[in-house]
Amino acid sequence: MQRTVFKSRWLPYLLVAPQLAVTVLFFFWPAVKSLQLSVYRVSPFGDRSTFVGLENFTKLLADPDYYASVLNSFLFAGGVTGLSVLGSLVLAGLATQKIRGLAVYRTLLLWPYGIAPAVAGIIFLFIFHPAYGILPYLLSFVTAYEFNWLLKGWVAMTLVIVATAWTHLGYNIAFYIAGLLAIPASVMEAADVDGAGPLRRFTAIVFPLVSPITFYLVVLNMVFAFFESFGVIDAVTKGGPGQATEIMVYKLYKDGFIGLNLGSSGAQSVILMAIVIGLTVLQFRFAEKKVTYR
Amino acid sequence: MSAVGTTQLERARVRVHAADAPRRRRARGGGLLVHTLLIACIAVVVFPLYFAFIVSTQDLQQVVQRPPRLLPSTHLLDNYAEAWRRASMGRMLFNSAVMAVTIAVGKIAISMLSAFAIVYFNFRGRTLCFWMIFITLMLPVPVRLMSTYEVIGTLGWLNSYEGLTIPLMASATATFLFRQFYLTVPNEMVEAAQLDGAGPLRFLWGFLLPLSWANIAALFVVLFIFGWNQYLWPLMITNTEAMRTVVIGLEQLIPRSGTELPTWNLIMAGAMMALLPPVAVIIFMQRWFVKGLVESDK
Amino acid sequence: MPQTKSYRWSTATALLLASLLLLAPAPAFAKTEIHLWHAMTGQLGESVNALVKQFNESQSEYEVKALRKGNYSETLTAAIAAYRQRQAPHIVQVFEVGTQTMMLSGAVLPVYQLMKEQEMAVDWKDFIAPVVGYYSKDGNLYSMPFNSSTPIFYYNKDAFQKAGLDPNKPPQTWKQVGEYSKKLIASGTTKCGFSTAWPSWVQVENMHALHDQPFATRRNGFDGLDVQLLINREFGVKHLNQLAAWQKEGIFSYGGRMGTADPKFLSGDCGMYTHSSALIGGFTKGAKFKWGTAQLPHYGAPYKKATSIIGGATLWVMKGKPAAENRGTARFLKFVSDTNQQMWWHVTTGYLAISNSAVKNLEAAQHFKRNPDQFTAFAQLTKGTATPNSQGLRLGNFVQIRDVIESEMENIFAGKKSAKQGLDDAVAKSNEILKEFAAANKP
Repeated sequence: MQRTVFKSRWLPYLLVAPQLAVTVLFFFWPAVKSLQLSVYRVSPFGDRSTFVGLENFTKLLADPDYYASVLNSFLFAGGVTGLSVLGSLVLAGLATQKIRGLAVYRTLLLWPYGIAPAVAGIIFLFIFHPAYGILPYLLSFVTAYEFNWLLKGWVAMTLVIVATAWTHLGYNIAFYIAGLLAIPASVMEAADVDGAGPLRRFTAIVFPLVSPITFYLVVLNMVFAFFESFGVIDAVTKGGPGQATEIMVYKLYKDGFIGLNLGSSGAQSVILMAIVIGLTVLQFRFAEKKVTYR
Repeated sequence: MSAVGTTQLERARVRVHAADAPRRRRARGGGLLVHTLLIACIAVVVFPLYFAFIVSTQDLQQVVQRPPRLLPSTHLLDNYAEAWRRASMGRMLFNSAVMAVTIAVGKIAISMLSAFAIVYFNFRGRTLCFWMIFITLMLPVPVRLMSTYEVIGTLGWLNSYEGLTIPLMASATATFLFRQFYLTVPNEMVEAAQLDGAGPLRFLWGFLLPLSWANIAALFVVLFIFGWNQYLWPLMITNTEAMRTVVIGLEQLIPRSGTELPTWNLIMAGAMMALLPPVAVIIFMQRWFVKGLVESDK
Repeated sequence: MPQTKSYRWSTATALLLASLLLLAPAPAFAKTEIHLWHAMTGQLGESVNALVKQFNESQSEYEVKALRKGNYSETLTAAIAAYRQRQAPHIVQVFEVGTQTMMLSGAVLPVYQLMKEQEMAVDWKDFIAPVVGYYSKDGNLYSMPFNSSTPIFYYNKDAFQKAGLDPNKPPQTWKQVGEYSKKLIASGTTKCGFSTAWPSWVQVENMHALHDQPFATRRNGFDGLDVQLLINREFGVKHLNQLAAWQKEGIFSYGGRMGTADPKFLSGDCGMYTHSSALIGGFTKGAKFKWGTAQLPHYGAPYKKATSIIGGATLWVMKGKPAAENRGTARFLKFVSDTNQQMWWHVTTGYLAISNSAVKNLEAAQHFKRNPDQFTAFAQLTKGTATPNSQGLRLGNFVQIRDVIESEMENIFAGKKSAKQGLDDAVAKSNEILKEFAAANKP
């Protein structure tokens, strides 16, 4: 599509300059410097470094623990994205019905979004706590099965997924409420006339209509789950039990920031970025064709 | 994503206002069911926060008591006062507010300008600029933390508000949202403005800005929360108590050395104070928040 | 150099004098600021602030400013980043597992050297051997012990009474721990026998030291960087096997890393517990039942009994500060290690006093008569035989190694791996990490 544009030799550059300056100075320059380290072996204080070629990479690729963390990342990102996107679509669907008290309902659904991952982690740590947490206590009435996440990997993974998805929920709901309100009444009326039930109406009409939003949210939630959301893991499981909840970004944080192995964490950053960029491109390729734009 | 929904969005925007009224029919019969479902879901979503609040009103004995109490106790004021004192919350809340507002305003300003340039000008390197900005989404904090620290050190911005805010101001999401919004503005508007003899800056200031208030408000909410919730960055670059932010203050209440018992009631009192401002921002700006997202869609 | 400095000083003095004459009221002489970064939260953080306040009020030249820089790892990383920007604090608190990293960093001024430079007399001989040994190289102390503790055994006296056990006779051997656990559980008094905090520190590191078993080659790493772990040998496998079997039977109940298992003991679920001696104060406030302490259980013959090892953190002095400021740092460290301060610190926080004279004074003041539990740790550290295996551990990247060991312990307790398999894996991974550290720290 051809847009009408303004003409100026220098103005556009001036307009993008502040953003580019910040981006280059605080994103690219530091990132390049960090990534450089992926081919070095660096002492903890960073004062001595030797070029080691691809050794950091070959070591990672020979380490079964690293593959486990890759697998965990996909499990975690898939779980968080699926749960929070689907959950928020359902909740937004309910919160756009024509009923009384909508404003109150919406407020109650949106506010968990304001809570910092670090704070959410603390709250969930307390709720899940094996000894005095309220959740294990309540579960003990329901079943004799011990949901001991200190030793059972899958329980721990489920907990961090639920907690992380919870923090994303408000954000996603806001987008879906917005999207659902934008569906023209005439479309819904036509569906009513056709005698479509609520479920059918949802799958056949509503879902395709909000697919651009879904697409955007899936990309964003995935990037977020891969990159930014280790606050909950750090507060609750610290990657354990065993390596059950050690996702790539948490391993990177642990090796680089806590373990001070800057070479290995540099190599891990390269791989992690490659995976996320690859996934994003893939999604663009596939999803964009399927997403309905009208 | 570049092509996502220009035409659809134009329609959507027009529709929102037109559609709102007539859609309010349906239900009645299903109303009760919807209410029940909503209340059940909200109970699940809100419970963690409610419970955290309950704990913040108890004394330490009640915290570990079995079965757990689910109603507020009487120690609210004691706990909040103690948490406030121990973590010197006052100054930290102020710093967090400065940080969150500065980041939000700064991000909105520079993103608005760069998105404007990318949409309304043809210039060499336009696509490159867009991708350079977009790719910042893919550079997680741990990757660049240490090196960014060095840049800040070189600039002499350690332990300062500049250091706290400016490095966090580049935002792919904000630029993206503005770009999507500008793309939905009909071409006729630009042409009309040009016929009126308006230059690009007049157009931005006089036409686009008034149209994008809802977007700006929505973004403000998102970015305020982003800024408020930072932990690792402010921890690294602040070297005095006077520059600390509230999420760090909260961590201060939690014994991490494993040689001390956690006072969960105080921790939860601190958590409540730390999360109140961003939640308040959401609640007060909720109307614009949702509306702003509709108008730009993505 | 000295000339320039004295020249600058005289100029400064002249200017100051001039301003004194010109301006009334006179500006006060600024105190030299000494920055201390630490990782203490909660009550402990308050104790650090109180200590600093006492120092600041005790003299008028220096002002120590304490700042919490996150947890131990965050504090260390922040100090490194700051050091590279020449913005390092004067003093930084580093946990015991960071000792090797700090020693080899080239960024620190060893404490013994600082004290020599500043001509401050310190009676190093008066310090408790297992404490200073952990932080010394060739007999010289590198960092000032600050918060030191050692794991001890806690037991619920009320539960013992109820189960028909003598509340004044805690178990001394692991065999007894097993028997007592069964009695506690069979009588319906508790749900589990015992639990532990700090799994690697207590059950692997300290158990090896206490039984005079090597943890790693090269005298636990004290003699060089080409180190390998030895925890997958007979003793390590035996103990982990025992714990895993007990976990299965419900006698032992794993409760997580660091202190997350505390509630298991505090709620009365488990009748016995192993944790840092620094918890005595916390349990005094938090436990609603009568409890006692004892030295850590031992397997008995054929193993010898050595001392346990310590944990906690020390204060490191960063290099590159002017001599005048170093003087303030030295005075503060001297203040911290002073007998009276040590007594106060021990009574306030429950951490060990690090000098024999402080312990003697506490004894004379009947402190241990009134608080017998406070003596358990000292007894364990001083009454056993000190051997090369019990002097401490000097490993690079120890944070990661502890993490590896605890991960594998969890795999063992969950029944995913046998004790032998888990420990073999832990050793293999740790050796890789140690090799990496050795390579990165080649001068």
